[in-house]
Amino acid sequence: MSREKILAAVAKNKPTSTPLPQIQNFGNQYADLAEQFRSVLTTIGGEVVRVKDWEEIRTYIQTHFVGFRIITTISELSDMAQNSWLQSDPHSLNNVGLAVLQGQFAVAENGSMWVTEAEMGQRAAPFIAESLALVVKSSEIVPKMHDAYARIGSADYGFGAFIAGPSKTADIEQSLVLGAHGPKSMVAFLID
Amino acid sequence: MTINHATAAEKFNKDFDRTTWHDETLWWVRQKRDRAAFSIPEWEKLRDTASQIKHNVLSNLDTYLVEFEKNAQKNGITVHWAADAHEHNEIILSILKKQGVTQIVKSKSMLTEECHLNPYLAENGVEVVDTDLGERIVQLADEPPSHIVLPCIHWKKEEIGVLFHKHLGTPEGCADPTLLTHAARENLREKFLTRRVAITGVNFAVAETGEFVVCTNEGNADMGAHLADVHIACMGIEKIIPQRAHLGVFLRLLARSATGQPITTYSSHFAKPRAGQEMHLVLVDNGRTTQLGREEFRNSLKCIRCGACMNTCPVYRRSGGHSYHNAVAGPIGSILAPNLDMTKNADLPFASTLCGSCSNVCPVKINIHEQLYEWRQVLTKSGHSPTAKTLGMKAMAAVLSNPSVYRLSGKMGRLALANVPFVVNNSLNPWYKQREMPEPPKESFGEWYKKNRG
Ligand code: SF4
Repeated sequence: MSREKILAAVAKNKPTSTPLPQIQNFGNQYADLAEQFRSVLTTIGGEVVRVKDWEEIRTYIQTHFVGFRIITTISELSDMAQNSWLQSDPHSLNNVGLAVLQGQFAVAENGSMWVTEAEMGQRAAPFIAESLALVVKSSEIVPKMHDAYARIGSADYGFGAFIAGPSKTADIEQSLVLGAHGPKSMVAFLID
Repeated sequence: MTINHATAAEKFNKDFDRTTWHDETLWWVRQKRDRAAFSIPEWEKLRDTASQIKHNVLSNLDTYLVEFEKNAQKNGITVHWAADAHEHNEIILSILKKQGVTQIVKSKSMLTEECHLNPYLAENGVEVVDTDLGERIVQLADEPPSHIVLPCIHWKKEEIGVLFHKHLGTPEGCADPTLLTHAARENLREKFLTRRVAITGVNFAVAETGEFVVCTNEGNADMGAHLADVHIACMGIEKIIPQRAHLGVFLRLLARSATGQPITTYSSHFAKPRAGQEMHLVLVDNGRTTQLGREEFRNSLKCIRCGACMNTCPVYRRSGGHSYHNAVAGPIGSILAPNLDMTKNADLPFASTLCGSCSNVCPVKINIHEQLYEWRQVLTKSGHSPTAKTLGMKAMAAVLSNPSVYRLSGKMGRLALANVPFVVNNSLNPWYKQREMPEPPKESFGEWYKKNRG
């Protein structure tokens, strides 16, 4: 059995055990977390829209995404979206124009937002849609990835992702192109 | 027969403008990495921490592998073990056969390149579509990737235009990166929607939780995995990390080191198959346990495949990834390859100036240039490379002797090239003027040269 063979070879060849280092937090160097988040996400192709309430988000979507198929898992916006998509075959989401999902929190240092299967509704949703909108409270921004994992802790999820901006590639002569396979645009709504 | 690095490099250098373009593109990526790294005050501490975590992993790898397997199984993931490339390929084929599937999508995985999975599956009647744009380009051109992060860094957009015109029907003469990318998007979208099995690589696997993390910018791993009935993830056994919290350290380092981005667009944590989906994970040895037993070289197993050592390497930049005739090219590839086959890869540790720039940028602090030097000793002593020394000199000559390179100087990289390889002197080598100071090499090039040539 290869399993036993591999484990035996590791046991034989591994070096003497060294301890795990303490993971430091390194503190917070950012005076304004929301501003740091905004500036990073903007430089990597995302857009940040600061809003006061759900009404503003609603208005933004109504102005910018006219005629698009919209899906959401957010109850405050449920009337804007189709119902019944949650149970459908994920392939049928291919024509989704906009997915609006809640992010659990955002990370200031890299412009990412943590979203798990529970908020996605379907795992394919944030990837297959032409555009993605993530909603995060501006009070829910942590400085760094160490804070992010402290916050996630031992949470039980089937799938989760840090998402930072629209899908992109620079494989052709290092020219940045948005919309490689996933969303061509991404907007983060920060609710103050 | 494989062409040795020196000869391949000489060929690459025949096209002077192209070589310069390749060199400058990669140096630009290296500069982006610098800016990203320098914006993090604790960068050096992070590198130390990452290196120490990886050392702990290597020293307890068997325990962590068993812990990972137990937790992954609890999560509903089927775990397979493969002693070598062939077994890895067989496992995948058997899963495909059980599914009755002959067409699949695959996102970037250097491991499957190392195992030559695509040709194996092709021989067995399975069509693999690589979905990372760069990998798709080289696949259409029937080439292997030339860089682990930037697979088609050696291709010009006009050439990609010709390739896409032929294969994807883009307008003749179209060389616009946006149009070409979106043509590939349309074409690959159809594949995502119709293929029932998706293969992905793995960046990190967490022993404590049984989850694995895949990082992409394009979202291709996710498009494949979330639409497929069966997801197969393949990883080398060294990709294990002990705890979820350790991802905080590695995800801060990976993208900044690779391309200068603060994080990849997607850092996807796969813990359980989705309802109705099958999820397989293949743990592959393929020489890794042997390398673990080689004291001088085991640190190479800490590699997180960021590509920074390639982008900074004066030899890689001016010889191209294919000259290394190995799935992983550049400085780290030159340490990994002789472990797999000393005879075939004896030339690679000589494809270096030992300038130490690779070790300076490595996010997990692998002593890359020292290991290259060590391999030279091992290969020469064991008689694997009777021509080794001359090969080394020839490689340097091919890459560094073109006088027109220096005439165009003025760039830091060029100035440094002028000093290489005969000066490994901190005050004269601009690469050492960075914040991350290397450990001094055990033996300078001059000493080595005297001992081995004199
Ligand atoms: S050896 Fe270090 S620098 Fe090179 S690819 Fe691996 S982690 Fe990156």
